[in-house]
Amino acid sequence: MTKFLSCTNMTGGYGGEDIIHSCDIEVDRNQIVVIVGPNGAGKSTAMKAMLGMISLKEGSLILDGSDISKLTPQDRVAAGIAFVPQTMNIFSELTVEENLEMGAFLREDNVKETIEEIYNLFPAMKDKRNQLAGELSGGQRQQVAVSRALMTRPKVLMLDEPTAGVSPIVMKEIFERIKTIKNSGVAIVIVEQNAKQALNIADFGYVLVGGENKFSGEGQALLNNQEVRKSFLGG
Amino acid sequence: MENFEFINAMVLLANFVIVPALSYGSQLALATLSLTIIYGVLRFSNFAQADWMSFGTMATILFTWLFQSAGINAGILPTALLALPFAIIVTALFCLLIDRSVYSFYRKQKSQPIVLMIVSVGVMFILQAVVRFIIGPNDRKFFDGEKYIVHALDFKNYFGLEEGLTIKSTQLITVIVALVAMISLFYFLQKTKLGKSMRAYSNNEDLALLSGINPEKIVIVTWIISSILITTAGVLYGLDKSFKPFTYFNLLLPMFAAAIVGGIGSPIGAVIGGYVIAFSEITLTYAYKKFFVYLLPESLEPSGLMQVLSTDYKFAISFIILVIVLIVRPTGIVRGKII
Repeated sequence: MTKFLSCTNMTGGYGGEDIIHSCDIEVDRNQIVVIVGPNGAGKSTAMKAMLGMISLKEGSLILDGSDISKLTPQDRVAAGIAFVPQTMNIFSELTVEENLEMGAFLREDNVKETIEEIYNLFPAMKDKRNQLAGELSGGQRQQVAVSRALMTRPKVLMLDEPTAGVSPIVMKEIFERIKTIKNSGVAIVIVEQNAKQALNIADFGYVLVGGENKFSGEGQALLNNQEVRKSFLGG
Repeated sequence: MENFEFINAMVLLANFVIVPALSYGSQLALATLSLTIIYGVLRFSNFAQADWMSFGTMATILFTWLFQSAGINAGILPTALLALPFAIIVTALFCLLIDRSVYSFYRKQKSQPIVLMIVSVGVMFILQAVVRFIIGPNDRKFFDGEKYIVHALDFKNYFGLEEGLTIKSTQLITVIVALVAMISLFYFLQKTKLGKSMRAYSNNEDLALLSGINPEKIVIVTWIISSILITTAGVLYGLDKSFKPFTYFNLLLPMFAAAIVGGIGSPIGAVIGGYVIAFSEITLTYAYKKFFVYLLPESLEPSGLMQVLSTDYKFAISFIILVIVLIVRPTGIVRGKII
């Protein structure tokens, strides 16, 4: 049975040598998939390939039964994939509410309801709605970034290292929120450095090494796998 | 009669410094807004801006002549105000044509801002040639309608003062039109979806693309807004003084000085910068002799002109301010981007 978003046999890079080799990543709705691996393993590259930000030599990308491999990143956004980049992921000179409105740019219907839903998910955002996003703390900026991506009411949410540079408490909170988002029926793909914590909330995990799928399995199973632990979870 | 002396001095100052600086400042603010919006959204310093101003004003003059020959006028208001909307359309279309044929090529190449800046110098030369070819390099006045709102002679007689205050109708029109244009622009940028998406694109281009904002549409809207502002600024300046392509080209330096003083890329900064440059230019080149003659007792009366700089050095003031700001506070008054 094919998954909701199924990316198989992806091979490619930034124009020079291939970074990822026959890489497979699949995710279903109501599921969190985590991609972990050592530095330079091609985690972010794999995600960029799924978003169409790099051109692949090979590979098929199927979203909900239709081929998206020829679509531009913007068209993939319209097709229901939302992306939260690792850096520069907010409009720092716009207010929090304007960030949300820009997230919903493609939508013609009333977005007030979605904004309220997001304020319920991230209550801190409601108090800061008229503040410039660039003036917020690191954790709050990350919340703005995720909120902006959610404004399109995406079917697939992709996050590139959402917990980079935030404190452990904030990290825990962000992961909790991601779980809530998952339960609303969204398929979630996360690239993470904090592998242990991420695999803890993951339904399924991929370990990439050298641009290839090294291990894959349920989050807990990967955490308990001796070989995975030894190679990069630190024992 | 001590009191009258003081009032006379103030009227003198209002007549020769405050009123002219307010209207020149408004014209400069509009032109700078246009420059700063191009910089903020399209990310390059548009050196052709002053010649776009010539082009827009030229178009207005041509439409004004057309209307005048057809017997259409605006009563006490200058006919040029009727011609302005048509001239804006022509200027915007020509802007978009140049963008399609020149700038868009470099945008697709993802050229550095410096390359686009040099390209804009090329466009500047083309525009200069086009303007001189169509209307010629001469000085032209295209003002008609009622010239004065307050005339110096009437003012003197009415208040029984020695000094008169003149307010030309163009000065009042300038301030009102500039105010309306600025308020509409700020409303557009702050409150409308299109305006917000322009700010978003200016702030973070990649994220704007990820949010589905169409860059081509933003570029078109930017050129249109820029044309509206620069044509309006040029026409107001021309009505107030006169239209001469070379004089307009010389406004490029005050425009850049104003943009940098205010904080380049920031619309509020552009307005502040416009007035700062205008007031500096006029206050520093005005001869204060008569002013001090009114205020000081006879024994202390100055013998010289009491002028900081001769009016010939008007542009040096913009330049000095530009250099000082770049050394002391390169981000400008309202924190803009550093070039």
